[in-house]
This record gives sequence, structure tokens and C-alpha cells, in this order.
Amino acid sequence: MGFVQSFSIWFIPFLIGFILLYGTYKKVPTYETFVEGGKEGFSIAISIIPFLVGMLVAISVFRASGALDFVMVAMRPIFSLFHIPAEVVPLGLMRTISGTGALGMTSDLIATHGPDSFIGRLASTIQGSTDTTFYVLTVYFGAVGIKKMKYALKVGLLADLIGFLASIVAITILF
Amino acid sequence: MVNYIWVGMMVIGFVVAAINGNMDKVNEAIFTSAKEAVTLSFAMISILVFWLGIMKIAEKGGLLEVLAFLFRPIVKRLFPDIPPDHPALGYILSNMAANLLGLGNAATPMGIKAMEQLKILNGGKNEASRSMITLLAINTSSITLIPTTIIAIRMSYNSQSPTDIVAPTLLATGIATIGAILIDRFYYYRSLQKGGK
Repeated sequence: MGFVQSFSIWFIPFLIGFILLYGTYKKVPTYETFVEGGKEGFSIAISIIPFLVGMLVAISVFRASGALDFVMVAMRPIFSLFHIPAEVVPLGLMRTISGTGALGMTSDLIATHGPDSFIGRLASTIQGSTDTTFYVLTVYFGAVGIKKMKYALKVGLLADLIGFLASIVAITILF
Repeated sequence: MVNYIWVGMMVIGFVVAAINGNMDKVNEAIFTSAKEAVTLSFAMISILVFWLGIMKIAEKGGLLEVLAFLFRPIVKRLFPDIPPDHPALGYILSNMAANLLGLGNAATPMGIKAMEQLKILNGGKNEASRSMITLLAINTSSITLIPTTIIAIRMSYNSQSPTDIVAPTLLATGIATIGAILIDRFYYYRSLQKGGK
């Protein structure tokens, strides 16, 4: 663990240092280039706002109304048919629509069942193995003004399902 | 499809709230989440400005081309639509590398930059191109070597071995990524058959 932690602490400064020295070696006007590149960051962040507001409002209405809970309860029999533990089904659904929501659920599952229990490990793996599809979709497409997403959402959601099932298989095999 | 899902989530939410009698919660959720979205976007400014600045130096120094050259065999297969040595490839690789190392806040700016390049390649249309969806698929299934956030949570709950989920996570995320790429391919070829003529 010590290694893992010090790796992430050392890696970013190392990476930045390397880019800066390489740029200097290639005679890039580093500071001016940094400022020039950074300027774009501001406008990108601003252009994401409407996409993110639209998506987050819809998601939170769906959650706050109790509709999400209803879907979770309704889907439970289907999952238990495949011997998928009922405890992690809500997490699997939440993972695709809200990153912070899923993180809260994972912490809760770890707190209730213990970090080294089957459920605790499973929740950790589900949390770590996929990213929030709706968020990634909104931010990446929003930033460059893509409005027609075509089949992107289907691909993202199916990938989440695979990640969820793969987590269960991985934990069952390895522990 | 997004339009239907978006309207669906809201309308179903309102109907369920009417039945459950918690319309007050929904009202509150609308305005707090709108505010949260703006706060989130503003929080991203610092990260975007910093990493895009640093990456501009890497781009001008030619580092991205070096990166694209080194991994050309893999990326050429994943993104057959992008011409070789195009700067988009360098950004895509940086995005993948940052995801792999668990540097989420560096991955997003690089992914956005890659999307920008892909949009130019696609003639500036407001429609997702094949490569864009592939990049997105890889990002939603995000291969992770070290899931740092989870390890930290496990530590805070006194896990005996907080890092023992690294191997299963790697396995699951690997399968998810391969699955995502295959599904992406499947839908791409299907879209060709449906509307390509």
C-alpha cells in the first residue's frame, strides 16, 4: 500500500517535470504555451454547463421521486434468478447514472458488511471497474457540442452491465 | 434516444413523486442539482486549465506524436478512421494512460481534447463519429490499474488488506473494456447496414 500511495504522489510531479524539460529541450516557449493552452480550459468548462445541468436535474428528479428505488425493487427478482446478490443490485444501477451516489452506496455497503466480506469486496470491485456512463457521455460530448450521440449510450450501458457481471465473476473466482 | 431517456427520467420522476407524495423532495432536487452541476463545471475549470496548459507544451514539443508512434499498432486497430500521426491519437493515448494510472482529473481534459480533434476530423458536425464513440466506450469502462479512491475507503473501514481488490478490479475492468470495444464494433457495423446506403 505504501508503494501504491507514494507512486501516485510521485507520478504527477514526475510527469509534469518531464513534459516541461522535454518542451524546454525542444525550444518550446513553455510558459507562453501553457497560458495559451490553459485559456481553452475555461471556455470548455463553461460550454459543459448546460449539458451537465440538464442531465443532473433529470437524474436527481428520477432519484428523489423514488422512481429509482422502484426500478431497483422491480429488477431484484431478475437478478436473483442469476444468483446475483440483492445487496449490490442498487449499486450496479447507481454506478451508471451517478458517480457520487454510487460512492456513497459503496461506502455504506463496506460499512455494513465489512470491507473484507464478500459483499464488501464485491462493492469495491464494482465501484472501481467502470465509470459513470451518463457523466462521461455528458462531459465529453458536451465539451465539444455533440448533440447527436447515435449508439454511444447503448454501448456505454452494455459495457457497464458487462463490468458489473465481470466483477461478480472475478470476486467469486478469486476469493 | 437521449431525448427520450431524458424526458422519460423527468416525467416518470414527476408521476412517481405524485403517487409517493414526495413532490417537495423533487422540487428541491431540481434546484439543488442544477446548482450542483454549475458548481461541478466551475470546479473543473482549474483542472482543465492546468492540464490543457501542460498538454499544450507536450503537443508543441512533439511528445504526443512520439506517444502516438510508439503505440501505433494498437491504436491503429482501435481507431481505424484516424489518420496516423494525427494529434488526436496522442490525446487519446494520454487519456488512456491517465485512466490506467487512476489520474481521473488528468484523463478528462485529455479526453475532451481528443474529442475536439475528432470533431475537426468529422468536419465539425454536431454528430458523434465512429472514433468518438469508441473513445467514449473505452472511457466508460475505464481500465484502472490502481483504484485509489476505493483503496482509501477500504482503509478507512480498517480492512485487513485494502489492496486485495486490485486483481479482481483489473480483471473486471479488463473484461468490461474488451466487451465495450466489441459492442462498439457491433453497433458500428449495424449502423452501416441500416443507414450506410
